[in-house]
Amino acid sequence: MRYLLVEDNIELADAVIKRLAIDGHAVDHAITLSTAEDCLAAASYDLILLDVMLPDGDGRDFLARSRVYLETPVIVLTARSQVSDRVGALDQGADDYITKPFDFSELEARCRAVLRRRGGLVRNEVTLGPVVFDLLAGTLRDGDQTLELRSREIRLLEVFARHPGQILSKSQLMERLFSYDTAVTENAIEVYVGRLRRRIDGIGLRIETVRGLGYRIETSDP
Amino acid sequence: MTFETRSIGRRLTLLLAGVAALLSLLSWGMVTALAREATQRTQDNVLAASATTIAETLRSEQGEVRLELPYAAFSMLGAISEDRVFYRVTADGDTLTGYDDLPQPMAGRRGQIVFDTANYVGVPIRIASISRRILAGDGPVLVAVTVGQTRDGAGAIAAELSRLAAILSVAFFLVAVALSAFVAQTSLRPLNEIAAAVSRRGPSDLRPLERPAPADLAPLLTALNRLMARLGESISRSEDFIAEAAHRIRTPLATVRAQAEIALRTVSSEPEKDRLRRIIRAVDESSRSAGQLLDHATVAFRIEDLASDNLDLADLASQTVAAMDPTASMRDIRLHLQTASAQITGDAVLLETAIRNVLDNAIKYSPEDTTVTLTITRNESEACLTVMDQGPGLGDEPVAVLTERFRRGNNTDGIVGSGLGLTIAADVLRAHSGRLELTTAPNRSEGACVSLVLPLA
Repeated sequence: MRYLLVEDNIELADAVIKRLAIDGHAVDHAITLSTAEDCLAAASYDLILLDVMLPDGDGRDFLARSRVYLETPVIVLTARSQVSDRVGALDQGADDYITKPFDFSELEARCRAVLRRRGGLVRNEVTLGPVVFDLLAGTLRDGDQTLELRSREIRLLEVFARHPGQILSKSQLMERLFSYDTAVTENAIEVYVGRLRRRIDGIGLRIETVRGLGYRIETSDP
Repeated sequence: MTFETRSIGRRLTLLLAGVAALLSLLSWGMVTALAREATQRTQDNVLAASATTIAETLRSEQGEVRLELPYAAFSMLGAISEDRVFYRVTADGDTLTGYDDLPQPMAGRRGQIVFDTANYVGVPIRIASISRRILAGDGPVLVAVTVGQTRDGAGAIAAELSRLAAILSVAFFLVAVALSAFVAQTSLRPLNEIAAAVSRRGPSDLRPLERPAPADLAPLLTALNRLMARLGESISRSEDFIAEAAHRIRTPLATVRAQAEIALRTVSSEPEKDRLRRIIRAVDESSRSAGQLLDHATVAFRIEDLASDNLDLADLASQTVAAMDPTASMRDIRLHLQTASAQITGDAVLLETAIRNVLDNAIKYSPEDTTVTLTITRNESEACLTVMDQGPGLGDEPVAVLTERFRRGNNTDGIVGSGLGLTIAADVLRAHSGRLELTTAPNRSEGACVSLVLPLA
């Protein structure tokens, strides 16, 4: 996925870009609204993350201005948690908003939700052997058989899908799966992996346990 | 609070009525005096005519003064009233005929009639007297004719006129009072219209009043508009200030949090990870408190001047569910909404804030992979949105304690919270004449059940 991040705080932008890159997204960064306009003229994006207060204007005004020709979904980053402010942003054509400071997993969840809502326009699919994994819809397609996954199962499978054949440790999986403040033990990972194993049983995907190291996804190529 | 002196309208009415009363009294007095004067003159004229008629019949005959009392002289007196008539004719002071004790006014010049008022036989009478010189025998004799009449008739007429005048004065006074009230009201109408125009306005309408007003009210209108402009400016300045402050505080917090989260992925030592987690936790706590304090301030501000939009509780609930769903699904918590349309009146922003705070609580305290159920029910007068979770419940503290500011339940260990969520919800509902009901779910040993009860529109 290609994201455009419009944010004037370089430190924050840096962290967001790094984090989104981990998920395999390419992020262009614009510090001002005029740079953002240039970016939009030059490339096409799947999602825009837009700060409200920017050095050369209000992000919401920009949104209202560009909404006429812009079809890309927009998530507004706001420092205000007042409902009235949120209503303002949504009225001007934002698809969602997130209040600073935000949890990365929440940002990710909201991006996913917005992209899923917009449907059709954007596809984010990974082929795992015989199976097509739709990351936005959270489905696994094997021929004409479609399997729907739950939120956490999607994320777990996504981690495996991005690193095919690679061994992933329990702590690596934990970081992706749980918010930092959830008190979880490594046993929880075993529970979720076990659950996912049962779900995908019999559709040509297999999660192998590598004793002492972690897990690895295997596709049974036909 | 408002310091009230006597109303201008009443003061104006009273003042005008006072003037009218004074004028009525004066006019009554004048009419009465004029009536008395007029009746007296009429009587005087008749008396004079009568005296003159008698005097004209005087002649001298064989050296003696002779007179024939003409009937007409008395009948004309009888024509105006039933009053008793007295007469006396004297020649050089000796009574020729008539009542010789009838007072005779000092004779004026010859041929001139003199009037007087005197008491005779115990009643006041009016007297007219005329004198003539008549040549009789050995020289001119001064003959005086005096005619008197009691004043009952004249007095009655004067009293009757005075009574009529009194009635007219009272009527005049009453009409004047009514007119005064009308005038007072009419002249105050522009003032009332301005007041109505101001109070008709919505809570946030601070546009200047642009309407025709009498020249006298122009300074008031100008002052009012200037005040509204200043108020609007100050409100928008403080709103801008809050927004700016929030931005300046929360963007660095967001940076700290984001960088800490990145660092959490790169460090491997457990004590360091723990330290980073604590940093993130502190950031979350402060930003959450800031957010809810802001919400609380917004609620307090908006409750002062409550908007009354027509809303469907089902729409509000489903909007809130849509906004919270990504957060809930991160922990595999399902939001299950059972809606039934329920029309209510209120402030959409406030009600959404209340629902969001209650739902946020439910999600926060729910264990993973559970369901939060939102149900709308209604009876004939009330709509009720119930949010039920499968969490640990609300503990055993009473509602009043749980909705206290900064108070958190006694089983909230390990969860970030400010303790303002339920306070905000309770405040919003109270402002909408509704209430917040807290119970622990009926059919389970666990789970909180929070109901937002609102009167139907």
